Amino acid sequence: MRKFAARAYIWVLLILMYAPLVFIAIFSFTESRVLGSWDGFSTKLYQNLLTGNMQGNASLLSAVQNTLIIALIAALVSMMLGTIAAIGIHNLKGRKKQAITFLNNVPMINPDIITGVSLFLLFVFLGISQGYLTVILAHITFCTPYVVLSVMPKLQRMDSNIYEAALDLGATPAQAFWKVLVPELKPGMISGFILAFTMSLDDFAVTFFTRGTIGLDTLSTYIYADARKGGLTPELRPLMTLIFLVVLILLLVINIRQARIAKKNYIKQKLYKY
Amino acid sequence: MRKRSNWSLPYLIFLIIFVVLPLILILVYAVQDGQGGFTLGNITRFFTDKDALSTFAVSIEVALETTILCILIGYPAAWILSRREYNKSAVTIILFIMPMWINALMRTLATAQLFTILGMNLGKGTLLFGMVYDFLPFMIYPIYNVLVKMEKSYIDAAVDLGATPWRAFWKVTFPLSMPGVASGVLMVFMPTVSTFAISEFLTNNKIKLFGTIIQENINSSMWNYGAALSLIMLIIIGITSLFSKDKEQAEGGLV
Repeated sequence: MRKFAARAYIWVLLILMYAPLVFIAIFSFTESRVLGSWDGFSTKLYQNLLTGNMQGNASLLSAVQNTLIIALIAALVSMMLGTIAAIGIHNLKGRKKQAITFLNNVPMINPDIITGVSLFLLFVFLGISQGYLTVILAHITFCTPYVVLSVMPKLQRMDSNIYEAALDLGATPAQAFWKVLVPELKPGMISGFILAFTMSLDDFAVTFFTRGTIGLDTLSTYIYADARKGGLTPELRPLMTLIFLVVLILLLVINIRQARIAKKNYIKQKLYKY
Repeated sequence: MRKRSNWSLPYLIFLIIFVVLPLILILVYAVQDGQGGFTLGNITRFFTDKDALSTFAVSIEVALETTILCILIGYPAAWILSRREYNKSAVTIILFIMPMWINALMRTLATAQLFTILGMNLGKGTLLFGMVYDFLPFMIYPIYNVLVKMEKSYIDAAVDLGATPWRAFWKVTFPLSMPGVASGVLMVFMPTVSTFAISEFLTNNKIKLFGTIIQENINSSMWNYGAALSLIMLIIIGITSLFSKDKEQAEGGLV
């Protein structure tokens, strides 16, 4: 009975949580311009989206493109900046380390709107005209701390002597960096990159304040403008459905892989023990 | 070794330009009039502006209510998910955290559309409902994380020593899970108190939150007043984060 109640609670929550997403997914298979009315089964919206054949709504595709390009660049730069920073911070001591760690936490604690407004004022103050570049810089600002936090634990677990040993054995610092440090830090760098990428994809407020007035749209700002206009672009329905599916599949794959690795490690440990 | 600490320099410079300087600029713009002269007018304007004050009160109220609802609904869910006898499948957990990875605006839009189709009146009720929808995973996940890592033998010990399961929960499990609750509060309260687009979607612009008036002021080039309002929000955030951090450290020391 208790087991049943517990399961029922979980399932009711899940059904409620997913109702809006399922609702969108169902209505992505009908042609109706208005959400909620069913005009019969059709995959026309998917066709429109995938062929880019949208009456007057072509800007949706460029918004998607902008979102991906910005996320990719921001995540790549954050990964490099954050990894180098983490190595530096790891080797700092005392007050200096505390200070920079605190500064690194600030963008993570700051609400999006504060990050957005403060960067907006910065670009106004410096007289930089806002557009692609300012959005990317802003995204790097709030993404890098997550990379630093992902790489740090790898550094702490790593034996710092390996790097020194490589140098002693005649490796140039560049070789030691690429052949010793980077392979050791790679898992942290990759998870930092993924985190940064998804943070950037998710962002609305910071982009909203730093994109300027040149008409640059990401998916978030497109949706915001679209919803304010009233009528929602119907092709958003298949797009959202596809995004939900991709995220779900990615998470499942990552988790199943992790579970497998964990299992393997567990067996390995057992083998070593006996 | 000594040389590699220099590697933090580029990032330090970056942080100073893109984090410290912008925050200082909020302060600077907040205490300036349009011509660049010093004034406290922007800040006193907020305290005499009835609309802004009531919006501020509504924002705090909505954020608190959302956070409390998320704890009340999310804690039992996290607890059930962390217990092997109730949940063996990792897929359920993934289903719970998946929304964290999807654009909040998109999810909110879907929710708001569903409310409209169901004929619900967009207002305070749908606002709370939608915010809880949006932020519940951010409460469940940290609590679940703490509960799943918790040493089960503590609870066994309490029960062996004669505590009822109910008592064992309140005296052992619940206090030990406080760090999870604290980070959940941080992850729910902060975004809800500062949101602007989400509330507009969920109430059809009927209820304004504090974030919305900041955005309106900045967008209509009232930078100084917008900066003053941002400064007030920063202070709220600072207080909240200090509170949660103290809590986390204090409770963390217990383990």
